[in-house]
Order: sequence, then C-alpha cells, then structure tokens
Amino acid sequence: MIKQITFSSITKKVIMSLAGLFLIVFLLVHLGINLFLLPLTENHREIFELAANFMATNPLIKIMEIFLFGGFIIHIIYGIVVQLQNWASRGNIGYKSGNKTKASLSSRYMIYTGILVLLFLAMHIYQFYFIKLGLNSSVFMDEHGHPLFYDIAINLFTTQPAYSILYIVLFVFLGFHLNHAFQSAFQTLGWEHPKYTPCIKTLGLVYAIVVPLGFIIIPLYFLIMK
Amino acid sequence: MDLTLKIWRQENAQAKGEFKNYQVKGVSKDSSFLEMLDVLNESLVDKIESPVCFDHDCREGICGMCSLYINGRPHGPDDAITTCQLHMRKFKNGETITVEPWRAKPFPVIKDLVVDRSALDEIIQSGGYTSASTGGVPDANAILISKYDSDLAMDAASCIGCGACVAACKNASAMLFVSAKVSQFALLPQGQVEKERRVQKMVAKMDELGFGNCTNTYACEMECPKEISVSNIARMNREFLGAKLFSRETV
Amino acid sequence: MTKLNSKTPHGPLAEKWTNYKAHQNLVNPSNKRKIDIIVVGTGLAGGAAAASFGELGFNVKNFCIQDSPRRAHSIAAQGGINAAKNYPGDGDSVYRLFYDTIKGGDYRAREANVFRLAEVSNNIIDQCVAQGVPFAREYSGYLDNRSFGGAQVSRTFYARGQTGQQLLLGAYGALSKEINKGTVKMYNRKEMLDLVVVDGKARGIITRDLISGKIERHSAHAVVIATGGYGNVFYLSTMAMSSNGGAAISSWKRGAFFGNPAFVQIHPTCIPVHGDFQSKLTLMSESLRNDGRIWVPRKKEDAEAIRAGKLNPNSLKEEDRDYYLERRYPAFGNLVPRDVASRAAKERCDAGFGVGTGLAVYLDFAASIKRLGVEVIKARYGNLFQMYEKIVDTNPYETPMMIYPAIHYAMGGLWVDYELQTTIPGLFAGGEANFSDHGANRLGASALMQGLSDGYFVLPYTVQNYLAAEIGTGPIPINTAAFDEAENKVKERINRLLNIKGTKSPDYFHKKLGHVMWDNVGMGRTKEGLEIALKEIPVLRDEFFKNLRVTGTPDEFNPELEKALRIADFFDMGELMAYDALHRKESCGGHFREEYQTPEGEALRDDDDFMYVAAWEFIGDGVKPELHKEELKYEAIEVKARNYK
Repeated sequence: MIKQITFSSITKKVIMSLAGLFLIVFLLVHLGINLFLLPLTENHREIFELAANFMATNPLIKIMEIFLFGGFIIHIIYGIVVQLQNWASRGNIGYKSGNKTKASLSSRYMIYTGILVLLFLAMHIYQFYFIKLGLNSSVFMDEHGHPLFYDIAINLFTTQPAYSILYIVLFVFLGFHLNHAFQSAFQTLGWEHPKYTPCIKTLGLVYAIVVPLGFIIIPLYFLIMK
Repeated sequence: MDLTLKIWRQENAQAKGEFKNYQVKGVSKDSSFLEMLDVLNESLVDKIESPVCFDHDCREGICGMCSLYINGRPHGPDDAITTCQLHMRKFKNGETITVEPWRAKPFPVIKDLVVDRSALDEIIQSGGYTSASTGGVPDANAILISKYDSDLAMDAASCIGCGACVAACKNASAMLFVSAKVSQFALLPQGQVEKERRVQKMVAKMDELGFGNCTNTYACEMECPKEISVSNIARMNREFLGAKLFSRETV
Repeated sequence: MTKLNSKTPHGPLAEKWTNYKAHQNLVNPSNKRKIDIIVVGTGLAGGAAAASFGELGFNVKNFCIQDSPRRAHSIAAQGGINAAKNYPGDGDSVYRLFYDTIKGGDYRAREANVFRLAEVSNNIIDQCVAQGVPFAREYSGYLDNRSFGGAQVSRTFYARGQTGQQLLLGAYGALSKEINKGTVKMYNRKEMLDLVVVDGKARGIITRDLISGKIERHSAHAVVIATGGYGNVFYLSTMAMSSNGGAAISSWKRGAFFGNPAFVQIHPTCIPVHGDFQSKLTLMSESLRNDGRIWVPRKKEDAEAIRAGKLNPNSLKEEDRDYYLERRYPAFGNLVPRDVASRAAKERCDAGFGVGTGLAVYLDFAASIKRLGVEVIKARYGNLFQMYEKIVDTNPYETPMMIYPAIHYAMGGLWVDYELQTTIPGLFAGGEANFSDHGANRLGASALMQGLSDGYFVLPYTVQNYLAAEIGTGPIPINTAAFDEAENKVKERINRLLNIKGTKSPDYFHKKLGHVMWDNVGMGRTKEGLEIALKEIPVLRDEFFKNLRVTGTPDEFNPELEKALRIADFFDMGELMAYDALHRKESCGGHFREEYQTPEGEALRDDDDFMYVAAWEFIGDGVKPELHKEELKYEAIEVKARNYK
C-alpha cells in the first residue's frame, strides 16, 4: 500500500517539474496583466480592471485557480520533501572543506531562493487574495464592496518604497530560481536533445531575466516617477 | 614541496572521527597524490604511528577504487581525473590540503578515508546487465548498431564506479552512476528486451539505499573522472517515465 | 620424477575440444544445486567463471580482494581482444590465430590448449556483444578491428582504449545477475591466504576479512584460482597495488606445481620511471604502435644533449633519428611482438642512446598526425594522450611521447592440464594465474581472450567433468583437522609478522626486492645475475623476518599487514623465478638469457633441450624446488625460429 502512494525519486521530481512549468506559464499571464499598471495605453486602467475582473469571475478561471493553488502546494511540498531527503542523504557528517565544485549558483541555492519566493507569495496572497476572500480589508473598494486591485497595487508602490524595494529584491531571487528551474524541468522530464537543449537553456535564461525584469519595472517606474 | 595535510582519521565504522594535521616535506611535484600519501605513511610507520588508510588499487585511473575528497572536490583540484592521477604540481608549496572521505549516507566510513561503496554494486545487481547467459547467443555482427549510438553507449559505459558523482552532488544523488548504466543499455539493441524492468528496478534500488534526489546541479558531470554526460540522466528520466506510464508489467 | 599428464584428448587437433565436450561427464541440474564451487578472483577469468557456474546452477562462492568485483585488474587492459572472426576478410582463421599465438609464445605453449583458445575466441566476441559491450563499430554498423603486435591481420576488437574495462564490466554484469538470483554469493574485501586440501583434494580456502581482520573458513567441492599474475614481485610494474601471487603461492605450497615462473612479459610501451617515490608504472596501450613510430637519436651526442635538456627532439632532423624497430625488423616494423620491442629499447638505452632519464625512447606521432590529422589521432588515442599528459605534464600531440619497457604480465603460473586442473585434484586455475596458453611470450590482446575463454567457455565444462564424481560427497564440513591446520598456519604467519617489531616498513623490503629482481631477473638475464639474485633474496628475506615493522593489530583494517603478507610470498616467488630462469639455458620469448643470443642479438632457443614446460614442486621453505618437465610436442605446426624481419 505504502508503495502505491510513495513516489520514486524521479516521479517526485517529475511532479515538481510539471507543477513548476505550470507556474512558469501562470507567471507569464500574471505579468501580462500587471504590466497594465503602467501607463502603456490611455485606457490601461480599464484593461487592467477588465482582466482582473475576468480573473475574479470567470468560472473557467475559478477552476484553473484550484489547479494553480494545487500547483503551488505540490511544488512547495515536494520541494521541501525532496530537500529534506537530500540533506539526510549526505549522512551525519558533512564536508569540512565545503563543496568547491563549480556548479551554477542558481542550481545550488534552489531551496533558499524558493523559500524567499514563498515568503513573497505569502505576503502577496495576504495583500491581494485575502482581500478578495474578505479575510483582509482594504480602503480601496468599489460601491459593491469589490476590491479595486489597481488602486491597491498603485498605492503599495507609491506610498511604501520599502515594499517596492523588497518586491524588487525578491523578484531578483525569483529570477535565479527560474534560471535553473526552466531548463531543469526539461531535463527532469527527459526532454533533452543535442539540438534543442541549448535553445531551452537560452530560452530559460531569457525567461529568467525578462519576466522578473517585467515585474520589477513596475515598482521601479513608480519609485523613479516619484 | 612542503605541505600541511589535514586528514580525516577514524578508527573504524563505529568510532567518532576527527581531523588531524600532518606535515610532509620534500614532496616531488611529479609525484601523484597517492604517492605523496605513501611518503606520509612511510614517515608515520617510522614514528610507529598508524598510517592513513585510503582506498587505491590500479593507480592508473581506471579501477575506480581511489576516492578522496580533496580541498572541497572529489578527486581534487583538476578536471576529468581520479585521485591516483592527480599530481602534486596542481598544489602550491606550503599549501594546507584538506582530505576527507566520500560523504554520503549510503557510503559509511570503514576506516579513515575508506568508505563502503557496496551500495553501487547493489544497484547494478538489481538490473544493470542484459540477462544473456553464456553461450547460445547470435553472431556478433548479426545485429547492426549505428556507430553514433554505439559511441554514446561507450561514453556511458566508461563509468568506473568510483562514486565521485555521489560525493560531489550536494544531494548525494547517484543519478549519474545509475543513468550511465541505464543509458548504455537503452542505446543498444541488446538492452531493449529488459529496458523497462531494468530502469524501474535500478531506480527503486537507488531510492531504497538512501541516495538523494537529483536536482540537476550537474556537479556530478563536472567531477566525473570519465566526464560522463548528464544527458544520460535525462535519458534515464525518459526511460523511467515511459516505463512507469506505459509498461503493463508490474515490476 | 613424476610424469605430468596434460590429459590432452586424442584425435586431430581441430577436433580435440569438440570430442572432449562430447564425451565429458556432466552433473545433472538437481545435483548442481548440491555442489559448491569457490572462485577466487573476479577478473575476466574469475568473474566469467563464477557467473557461468551460477548460470549452470552450482552454488558459487566468489572472493574478491577489492571492495567490488568490478575493480579486478583486468579492468586496466586497454588495447583489445583478439578473435579469429576474419570480419575484415584479410585472411584470418582459427588456425592462423592459433599459429600466431604459438609462434608469438616462442613454441613454449601447449598446442591443444592454444588451439582451443583460438577456437572459442569467436564465441567470446558474440557473448560480449550480447552482454552489451560497446565495441568500436564502423559507420556501417558492423564491428571494427585493428591490428596488434605479432600479427599480419587485423583481428583485434576494441572498445576505445578501455577494452579490458568493458569486457570486465560485461562479466561483472553477468556476475551481478547471478548474485541477484542468489546462485553466486559474493565475498568482497577478502584475501585468500591458504588452500585447504582434504584427502588430496582441494576442499576450501582460508581468507582474511580485510575490514575486520577475521580469519574465515570456506569449503567447496572445487576451488578455482583466478587471481592474476605475480608481476608485483618487481615492485614497479603495471599491476594494481593489490595484485599479488599469494593465492597461487599458497596453492603451490600445498602441492600444486608452478609452471614456467620465469616467463614474465615486459611491455614495451610504459611511461618511464621518474623518481624513487614512484609506486607503479602506467601502461600506454600497445595499440599506440599502430600509428606511433619508435626512435632514438642516431648520434650519441644528440642523445646526451636531449637528456641534458639542451636539444628539443622535434628539431632533430629525420636522418639523425634512428627508427630502430623499422630498421631491424622491416616486415613488422613498430609492430613486432612485445618481447622483441622491449629488448630493442633496452639495447638502445644500454648503448647510450636513451632519452629522458636515459631509460626512455620516443614514440612519435608526428608522421601520423600529418598523414591523418589531429582529429583522427584524437579519436583513436585521445584518452591515452590525455592520461600521458596528466602524468608527465607534456603534450604528446606536440612533443614525442617517452616510453620504456615495464613488467606487465606473467605468462607463467600454476601448472594446469588440458582441463585447467592443477596437480591438486579439484584445484583449477584460470586466466593469468595459470601458465597455459602464452608460452614464453604473450601477444597483445590475447590476455583478455584467454581470461574470458577460460572463464566462459572452458572451466564451466572441465570443472563439471571433475564434479561429476562429487555428487555423492555432500556438503564439505569446515570443522575438520585440515581446516584447523590451515587456519592455524595462517594465524601463525600473521603473528610472526606482527611480532617482529623491527624498524623497516613492508614497502622498504618490497622496493629492495624489486631492485634485485629487475636487475637480475628482468629483461636481460645472465647466469651470474641469477645466482646473485638467489643469494640476495634469502638474505633480504632474513632481514625482512628480523627487521620488519608492521603497525596496528591483526583484527582491524590493516593495509601494512596485507602488504607484509604479500611481500613474504614475493620472496618465495622471486626465488622460484630465479631458479627457473637459471635452469632454462636458452632465450625464448620474455626469457632472455644474454649468453644465448644470435650474433644479431636475437633470442636463441634450444629446442632440443628445453622444449618443455618447467613445472616446479614445492619441497619445503628455503629448499630448492623440484623440477618436473612436461615435454611439448608440436604435431600441427612446424617449429621454426621466430623471425619478424
């Protein structure tokens, strides 16, 4: 029985990578909406709110939301389980002289960048999702009592520079996390090929720079404009 | 060269070990690391102290027996090399060199720098072979194999089973070792018959023995004395997933 | 003098083995389960034999001195394995392989054994391919072959420069499969220290657990020794550090005769010695001679300038170089057999033309790189070049490699009959541990062939022929007087060494013995030198037993004790070799007596007086062993002087 529910090391990693890839796609969607916090077009506020509203009300999105949370939870839980096993695998005594192998920085500190991202996620959920659920309150509500996420976000970025800086720093860590995560997911899934793997690695690097940078631009814009 | 050695000493598997410092003087830069340890041991015997135990055998980089973790790297500060082929010219005069045994839960220390790597044998025993018995096999040229695949299989098969991949991996994962064997057979027609059983059995054994999970840091590839590629790990992941998802046989 | 019975089957040479198998005794499957076989060693011969016995259904106990059967020293063989497949269609055949092997061995091997070896060589390649050994292939998908010393055909199969490794891992895979099935029980990190003989039959062994130091008893209905050769007598050799002749010496002292101990091979292409601290010599595969040209300076003053570091070998003009192998042996050139190439190198260096430390010659790839391009050379020998650069710190693509001969292989070993059975019933010997197939010199790529032939295709038959009479014996008890005696003897040996409490380490004596051996029982032997060796070895042994220091206790992981035990055996082995070399008043193969050479400096055989296997019987410690002779009869081939010109 235990055999059926405990997964092998590879299966665990495959599940993690699938969840991770799903989160990578989600991140892109999220960024697409967030960018409309910036005055890209005349009606950027409307577009943002429309999208936010769509995200909040569309039944399909509601279902996707479950998957999204599932994705986060699976990715986090397996991330922790795998890490605990990995620490235990070294045995009781570690290396005195450390580990001088020149493995990439982002690959070596995944658990730590992951934990930082998780902290951000907790903060983010508290500040936004909890308001939507009514577990947290905000001054920015419309006449129907729906939260005005555009104002909540702009308010955070314009009135709390410390928050903006924290936001920027955490997204830099997310970048490191993504840099390893992207190609690592393909490796774990066995999608390796002498022709395509270099492309995947480049794509991962581009993604890991562009997406966090996209998020970072927003608070940066408000910090500078102020 | 004069050197300070900081070496892990441990009486036996049960004992609590500790680092001890030793001075060696007049080491030739052309001597190998193990020959330098021979010089140290000779001097310890002269002083009626117990010599440092370390595994070694062929001393030409192929048996996979030598296994020292030197200054933070398995097989020391050079690439694509075993400890026995590491030469002292890679160190500076007056340097302090820290020498430790491989550290991994499945590799318990036997004495000093000697560890028990029978876990690697157990993984092979669980399926790292073709089950062809002696005799009754077809002519060697009966089945054609593309040179490309055969060369890749050879790349994978050149693993010497030293365990540097496990020692280098921050997770003490044996994925490179296991995947090298899985890949060798996955690439050859002779390995196809048992490929689904093989990969599932070997991964299960690897997990059972307490090796860590692969997190694709590729430290293993960087430290492998035979430069075995992590593409073998991807291949094993592929083989494993395919077998788990589509094989009807319960293994 | 006992008459040695080789038990060679009757009938025409080509049918002997088939006839033997057709008429031999077998053990039925239900009886196999009741029979135990001990196999000592896990190299090509031992590993293959243990796996094959397991497949047949016997209970196998397999002993390994290293931590894993995969580390046996067969793994270090680089170049390749011969077989008479004739895939290239260049005129090879079983007969030609047989003929080349006999000729290469200077007509000192047993005809029937060698023919069988050539006959099963093809099965080995088939077997290894089925095991997934990734031999080199051509773009067509067919297997590739290359040429090797002593042959005019390309019959060598190879897996880059790691053929031994791949073949061993094939056997290790087969062995692992049987361990998994439970037919083979593996005993790692155990060293055989004595053979147990009960009522004249080999019935077990005494081992020392190298971790706990525990002395253990193991019994079986038959014992197979496959522990390799004794080249480490010379201290510096291409052997692994744990390679030792201990199991064979113990067997010899229990009554097994030792065949042709003087026949050791000096490999021509090793990295030269470069210091006193050196612990071993590294081989560069003989395959390098396919594309490398061997030379020394033609003028002594150039050689001196090179040695002094004043002259770069690359700047030496073509006419100032002496490609001495091509000069002396135009037909075979750089591909003459190993003994010939080794002696020629020694001759040039002794004459003062050596480079490096004076004991080295060049192996130059410049011409091949020019002809084929760096990439082709890299593909063929890349790993060897890399290894050379790591050790010597010069780039062989740019500066010629330096090589010098080193002790590499023991053709001699336990005397065995056609069934590979020693003079002790139930005790078999396979691979390098026996003396049988290579005569006085082994051709390149033939050791792997012989090891696997013995392990996969000979012992599984012949051991059964013996065991057929053992089905009613029942389990062999280990609480008998013979086991008591053997165990006590081992313990006495250990205690004796530990109680000397002298001042010199085991290595000190080993190095000294090595010098005596290399100087007097090495490449060029003389009556005087051998007599010196026979005088010096006992003196050194006396000093050893008076002044040895072994640190630690017997009940722990104690490499110093292991070494001391092996060195004690090496004294006996060295002496035995010297006795044999002294008595053989001829030059043949690896045995070169300087008194017996042609005016051109080639080996001069004496077929009238020495066409026999010298099998030595142990009489007692410190007593000259007794010589027995197995006359060699050549029926299928004409005995000629070897000529590679």
